[in-house]
Amino acid sequence: MNTWLLILGMLLITFTTRYSLFAWSHLQFPEGLRRALHYVPIAVLSAIVVPGMLLPDGQHWALRADNAYLLAGLASILVAAVTRHLLATIASGLLLFFVLRWAFGQLPV
Amino acid sequence: MRREEFLQGARDMLPLLLGTAPFGVIFGGLAIAAGLSPWQTLGMSLLVFAGSAQFIAVSLIGGGAGLAVVLLTTLVVNLRHALYSASLQPFVRHLPGRWRLALAFWLTDEAFAVVQQRYARADASPCKHWYFLGAALAMYGNWQLCTALGIVFGQTLPNLAAWGLDFAMLATFIGIVVPMLRNTPQVAAALVAGALALACHSLPYQLGLLVAAAGGILSGLCLERLAASGEAKA
Repeated sequence: MNTWLLILGMLLITFTTRYSLFAWSHLQFPEGLRRALHYVPIAVLSAIVVPGMLLPDGQHWALRADNAYLLAGLASILVAAVTRHLLATIASGLLLFFVLRWAFGQLPV
Repeated sequence: MRREEFLQGARDMLPLLLGTAPFGVIFGGLAIAAGLSPWQTLGMSLLVFAGSAQFIAVSLIGGGAGLAVVLLTTLVVNLRHALYSASLQPFVRHLPGRWRLALAFWLTDEAFAVVQQRYARADASPCKHWYFLGAALAMYGNWQLCTALGIVFGQTLPNLAAWGLDFAMLATFIGIVVPMLRNTPQVAAALVAGALALACHSLPYQLGLLVAAAGGILSGLCLERLAASGEAKA
């Protein structure tokens, strides 16, 4: 297979999906569609976050007490709900995550 | 003003750069192992710039799949980008064509998460596209650098995936999405999307993500309608 041809094809396809609606500068969405689009970030990010906590490797359920992704994720949700502060959420979440991984002996050191 | 927006966009991407860095390095190593030359590996990161699609393409190539299969898979894996494109279109439609071309090329999951948040803020800054550009370029530069590191050091970098740096991505997305949940339809959209993503996790090629997104959006809309009709009756 010609790898460069493949890469150019992938470029074309990826760019087309990303540019698909940026291309139409005169297009104004009807009100109903605009309301629907409001939910895109919430729906997509939740659909990434929830499996990221419960299926950290993407395949196997990890409903366990030593799942740092789940515990630190829940703590981050709490911090985000209380503080509504992005940086505080990231910093406290990451700190707790690595402390837990260290405590559970899950760090490769 | 432009400069501040640009730099702020780049700064706000920092946790996501950390979270995606291991994947860039691992991609570089995997692509070489699958038989791509160093230039082809870097070329794919430079020209395609889509993490999930690049990973799947390289594993398909390693398994001996044909051109059409890889391209079709790329299309399916990247369909979610059309959703981002639609979601941000109202904010970029006033920009000149060259801006829309460039920003579309750099529209990744991570850029979408951070940039939609900037556009949602109420201030009337006319330079929010510079924020978009700063976030996009930070992600792009980091991805190239990490791919190059993966090409050079390949499999000799020990256990990069075992550190769990990808949690930085989860924490960032949590910090973005939780404050957006202000009413029942929004909470419902998040819960339904999360539950559907779990239920559909075994679907290949990020199709579960599409199903979950569609379900979340629909439940949000339905509850919004219900609330509105309830108010009308009362």
